[in-house]
Amino acid sequence: MSRRAWVYGDDVNTDLLAPGYCLKLPIEEMAPHCLEAHDPNFAGNVRTGDVFVAGENLGLGSSREYAAAVLKYLGIRVILAKSFARIFYRNALNVGVPALFFPQAAEIKIGDDLDVDLIHGTIRNKTSGKNYSVKVIPPRLMEIIDSGGLIPHLEKQFARGK
Amino acid sequence: MAQTLVQKIIAKAAGCATVNPGDMVTCGVDLLMLHDGSGPRRLLPQLKKLQAGLWDASKIVIITDHFTPPADQESAAMLKLTRDFVKDYGIENFHDMQGICHVVLPEFGYLKPGMFVCGGDSHSPTGGAFGCYMAGYGWTDVAGIAVTGETWTVVPQTIRINLSGRFAPCVSAKDIMLLLCRTLGMNNSFKVVEYGGEMIAGLSVQERMVLTNMATELGCETGMIAADEVMLGHIRDHGGVVDNDALAWSSDADAGYEAVHAIDVTALVPQVAAPHSPANSAPVVEYSGVDVDQCYIGACTGAKLEDLRMAAQILKGRRVSPKTRLLVAPASAITLKDAVADGTLQILTEAGAILLPTACGACAGLGAGVLAEGEVCISSTSRNFKGRMGHVESHVYLASPYTVAASALAGHVMDPRDIMAGTMGVGNEVLS
Ligand code: SF4
Repeated sequence: MSRRAWVYGDDVNTDLLAPGYCLKLPIEEMAPHCLEAHDPNFAGNVRTGDVFVAGENLGLGSSREYAAAVLKYLGIRVILAKSFARIFYRNALNVGVPALFFPQAAEIKIGDDLDVDLIHGTIRNKTSGKNYSVKVIPPRLMEIIDSGGLIPHLEKQFARGK
Repeated sequence: MAQTLVQKIIAKAAGCATVNPGDMVTCGVDLLMLHDGSGPRRLLPQLKKLQAGLWDASKIVIITDHFTPPADQESAAMLKLTRDFVKDYGIENFHDMQGICHVVLPEFGYLKPGMFVCGGDSHSPTGGAFGCYMAGYGWTDVAGIAVTGETWTVVPQTIRINLSGRFAPCVSAKDIMLLLCRTLGMNNSFKVVEYGGEMIAGLSVQERMVLTNMATELGCETGMIAADEVMLGHIRDHGGVVDNDALAWSSDADAGYEAVHAIDVTALVPQVAAPHSPANSAPVVEYSGVDVDQCYIGACTGAKLEDLRMAAQILKGRRVSPKTRLLVAPASAITLKDAVADGTLQILTEAGAILLPTACGACAGLGAGVLAEGEVCISSTSRNFKGRMGHVESHVYLASPYTVAASALAGHVMDPRDIMAGTMGVGNEVLS
């Protein structure tokens, strides 16, 4: 499975990820517009398993969950950023996409082949040969990821409760 | 141990005596606010999937504002879904087309000091002007809260802003926030900004709401202001009931802040943020003369009664330049009623303002007043990201209602102090 890196800078905001003029559309119709004002190549070329790498304050702006959901819909399986806007970070976990704080994000180049180990908090850049260690997602939030997102996580909890 | 205001509220919501920044806790939610965009249309499928009901319908408030009044069939369907949901789930706290959620919520006295409030919208920090913790959540978080009545949080650090001095004419809370977007930046995630200092005591609640509203642009989890008599009086005037010990909701004197900043507003001048970021701000003179196709006074940030009055001060007896258009979308039905009653609206419309519905409208590029390719707008809203108010190749400058109104008279970005100083004649004699 391909794990190519898509690499962006600081302040990639929710209006870029999920433009306001698409908010009435179902996700499959909104998806082609993801990042179109920033990188028109992204939505058409991203493949399942790819990694989204960004700089500071990824996902600043609106609470629209589409901003995270559309990345998942397009195939992104891990998000790495120097820092995240709080609502975007929560949204990513809630839709089941792990989001890791990655201070060295700027060392990753577009198309690098990345191996991300969520359990041990390691990132291997197979293209450059460099290894990184990052903070793991707190166990309590990792349970949400492992369930595939907050809704399936709650489904499990409710099933257990019954 | 000394606690900040946010620590005290989270401790209470989590059922702990005290909490420390960095602790991950589960909080019981006192109130959940949803709007038509983030609310039932997203919640319903998730409730069905979970085969669950609401944790407490009496603690949920639903306000329609993003797609109101419906301009197309999709919007109409969304609003119908919202109304059906409200009926089916027995939600009594429903405000349909009464204005923008963050303004309507306190108009009906829902917020009071010490509450832990969740909102399905990024500008939920506005509620912090009422001494509560109010943060924004995406729709899956909202679904989780709606069925369980609780959510996790990591106790945030607090950035304290001490305000002193008095505003010069034509300067307002919006200018403080545009300045802070530049100086503090927009990446203060997982932190809270708390406003205090002697200047706050004399600041109206509606102006305080601008400070907390734009905590969002600072990237903060929320903005907070400690309880005081001005706040409690405002809450009571709007039908809210405050607890006897409400004034206790403030940070301890020796509480640990991550940073403390002092701003003397006396020397502050009107600020303008250029496209495409609120952090791209500078004193208005930097952008004076930039031609504007549209001037927009709207949003939870900049269209409350006091905002409209600021615009009216500038527009009184003058005419909007034929080179531009001035659109005014009052923030709520109550705002509109009050602006009619005190004559503010007449001043605006006599100056040539075009009145739009009391809704989010063009602020998020959803309703009436969106921009075409290449158009430039100066706006009293809070966010000017690329494509925010319409076409991806449109340009939005952010400013206070004073500055937007002044620019409407000139047809270009204009320092409102020059209008007030009478350097511009009545009519359209624009100095250039
Ligand atoms: S007015 Fe604008 S910022 Fe305020 S809630 Fe509506 S869309 Fe959001």
